[in-house]
Amino acid sequence: MAPLLELKNYSTHYVSARGTRVVKAVDTVSLVLNSGETLGIVGESGSGKTTLALSILRLLPMAARKTDGEILFEGEDLLKKSTEEMRQIRGKRIAMILQDPMASLNPLFTIGDQVSEPLRVHEGTPRRTAWQKATALLKAVRITAPETRVREYPHQMSGGMRQRIVGAMGIACEPRLLIADEPTTSLDLTIQAQYLALLRDLQREHGLALIFITHNLGIVAKMCDRVAVMYAGRLVEFGPVRKIFDQPRHPYTRALLQSIPRFADSRNRLTAIGGQPPDLSAPPLGCAFHPRCPDAIDRCRGEAPPETGTTNGHTVRCWVAGS
Amino acid sequence: MKKFILQRLTYSLISLFLLSLTIFLFVRLTGDPTVLLVEPGASKEDMAMIREQLGLDRSLAVQYASFVKDIVRGDFGKSFYYRTPVLELYLSRLPSSLFLAAAAMVFSLVIGIPSGIIAAVKVGKFWDNFGKVFALLGLSMPQFWVGLLLILFFSVYLGWLPSSGSGTIWHVIMPAFALGWFFAAAHMRITRSSMLEVLGSEYVKLARLKGLPEKRVIVKHALKNALIPVLTLAGINLVLMVNVAVVVETVFAWPGIGRLLYEGIAFRDFPVVQTTVLLSGSMIVVVNLVVDVLYAVIDPRIRLGA
Ligand SMILES: Nc1ncnc2c1ncn2[C@@H]1O[C@H](COP(=O)(O)OP(=O)(O)OP(=O)(O)O)[C@@H](O)[C@H]1O
Ligand code: SF4
Ligand SMILES: [Mg+2]
Repeated sequence: MAPLLELKNYSTHYVSARGTRVVKAVDTVSLVLNSGETLGIVGESGSGKTTLALSILRLLPMAARKTDGEILFEGEDLLKKSTEEMRQIRGKRIAMILQDPMASLNPLFTIGDQVSEPLRVHEGTPRRTAWQKATALLKAVRITAPETRVREYPHQMSGGMRQRIVGAMGIACEPRLLIADEPTTSLDLTIQAQYLALLRDLQREHGLALIFITHNLGIVAKMCDRVAVMYAGRLVEFGPVRKIFDQPRHPYTRALLQSIPRFADSRNRLTAIGGQPPDLSAPPLGCAFHPRCPDAIDRCRGEAPPETGTTNGHTVRCWVAGS
Repeated sequence: MKKFILQRLTYSLISLFLLSLTIFLFVRLTGDPTVLLVEPGASKEDMAMIREQLGLDRSLAVQYASFVKDIVRGDFGKSFYYRTPVLELYLSRLPSSLFLAAAAMVFSLVIGIPSGIIAAVKVGKFWDNFGKVFALLGLSMPQFWVGLLLILFFSVYLGWLPSSGSGTIWHVIMPAFALGWFFAAAHMRITRSSMLEVLGSEYVKLARLKGLPEKRVIVKHALKNALIPVLTLAGINLVLMVNVAVVVETVFAWPGIGRLLYEGIAFRDFPVVQTTVLLSGSMIVVVNLVVDVLYAVIDPRIRLGA
C-alpha cells in the first residue's frame, strides 16, 4: 500500500529580502507516513519542525523563497498543485493545529462560527446544519455545555478549551492527516495530558494519521508509531519508535534519550545537551552536530554525512553510526 | 457597559475643564482687544470704559470664574465685535463646517481604506509603492497649496467648478478634496499597517489553514479586525476636520466655524475664540465617546467586559 504522505529530499530555505542571508530551515528531508499512523517530530527549538509542517500545507511565510523536492500526499505531489487545489486540500484533507492556540481564534467571531467554517466552505453545509455539527464537534473534544459555548467568543474560553476548540476545527471535515504543533507556551500538565489523550482518541475514532510536533521524547514514546529526529533542518534519524528508543543510532538521538524528563513536561526544552544549537544562517561545515558530538571524527568536520538506510525504514545521517 | 460609559464621561469632563482653562489664558496672550474695538486716537478713559463694559477690568480669577459659571448656565457670552451671542454665530456657521467635514470624510475613506487594503495585500509590490508615494504627497502637501492648485485647474483653467463660496453641491467638491486629501493619506496608512498586522496574526494563518478562499480570509477574518483602529482614527479625524478647516475655509471662502475662529483671533474676540475652541473640544470628546461605544459594539471583548 502506498504511504499516505511521503517526503522526498524536501527542502525549505528562508532567504532574506536582499538575498544575503539564507536559512536552510528544512534541508533534504525524506520520510514516510502511512494512513492512521502517528509520526512524532522532535528537535530543539529552531530545528525546523514548524517550517516542515507548514511546508506540507504550502503556507510558508513570505521569506521562504526556495523550496525543493517532492511532497507526495495520497500519491500526488503537493508542490505541483495549483493554489486553488491546495486551498481545497487544507482543512479538508490535511488539517493543522498551530503552535499558539491562544492566538489562533479570531476574537471577533463566535466559536460556532469558526468551528463550522471549514464545513461551510469545503462541504457547502448550510449554516444551521453546520452549527449543529459544530456543537457536536465541541462535544467530541469534551467541551462542557457545547450548546451555550458555540455562541460564545474566544476570550470567554480558557487556554485548554481554546486548544481543544482548535482541535475541533481541525477534525471538522474529517481530514486524512492532522498535524499538531505542540504549544510552546505550555498549558497545565493535567490539561496537556488530557489534550494528548483526546488527540489519540480522535485518531482512533476517525482513523486519521497524526503528525505530532514536540520537544518531548517522553510524549513520543507514548503516542507515536514513528519518530523523526530533526537537527538544524535535517532529519538525523528516522524510524519506528521502538527501534529508535531501543537502539538509537545517531549520537544526537542518544543524547536526547538520556535527557528525557521523568515526567511528561513539555516545558523541559531538551536543554540537557551541552553546547548551543547552531545558527542556521551559518551552520557548521560538515555534520551540523559535530561541535556538540562526543563521537565526532575528522571526516565529520569537513563533509556532511549522507542518509543511510537500514531495514524496516530506519535511517540515520551519521558517518560513524551509518557505516 | 454602563460603568464603562460613566467612566469615559468623567474623563471627558476633566479634559474639558483643563481645555477651558488653557484657552482662557492663551487667548489673553494675544493682546488687548479694546485697541481693535475703538476709533484710532480714542482717549484712555474711553478705552477703560469699554474694558469695563466687556468685564476685562476684573482680575483673571474673577473673569475665569464668571466664564465658567456662564457656560454651566448655558450662556456662552456675546461677541466683542458683532455684539451678538457667540452661540448664535457658532450655530449659524456649524452646518457648513459639518457638511464640508462629512464630504471630506467620505472622500478620505473611499480613497483611504481600499488603497490601504490593496497596499497591505500587495505589500512590497507596485500598488504598495504607488500608495506610499500617494501617502507621502497627501501628508506633505500643504492644504492651501492643494486648494490653490485645484482652483487654478478646475476653476480658472477648466472653468468647471466655482472657486469660492457655498450653496450648491459643486461648491463643496474642491474644499472637500483639499481637506480630505491629507486625511485620505492618513487613513490609507493606518489601514495598511493595521491590515498588515492582522494578516500576520495566528488567526489569519489558521483561517488559511482551514482552506478558506483568500477573499474570505481578507474580508471576513482580517478586515473586520483591521478596521477597529481605522474607525477610531476616522472618528477623531471627523471632529478634527470640522475644527481644523481654518485654512481650507479661508482659501475657498467657506462660511464655517474655521473662518469664525480665524476672525475671532484676528479681532481678539475672546468670547468667540473661547467658545469656538471649547465647543470644538466638546465635539472631540463626544466623538471619542461615541467611538469607544462603537468599539464596544464591534468587539465582544469590550462589550462583554473581558
Ligand atoms: N519567517 C521566517 N523568516 C526567516 N527565518 C525564519 C522564519 N521562520 C522561521 N525561521 C527560521 O527557520 C528556522 C526554523 O524555524 P521553525 O519555526 O521551523 O523551528 P521549530 O523547530 O518549529 O522551533 P520551535 O520548537 O521553537 O517551534 C529557525 O532558525 C528560524 O529562525
Ligand atoms: S556525523 Fe560525526 S559529528 Fe555528526 S553525528 Fe555522526 S559522529 Fe557526530
Ligand atoms: Mg515551531
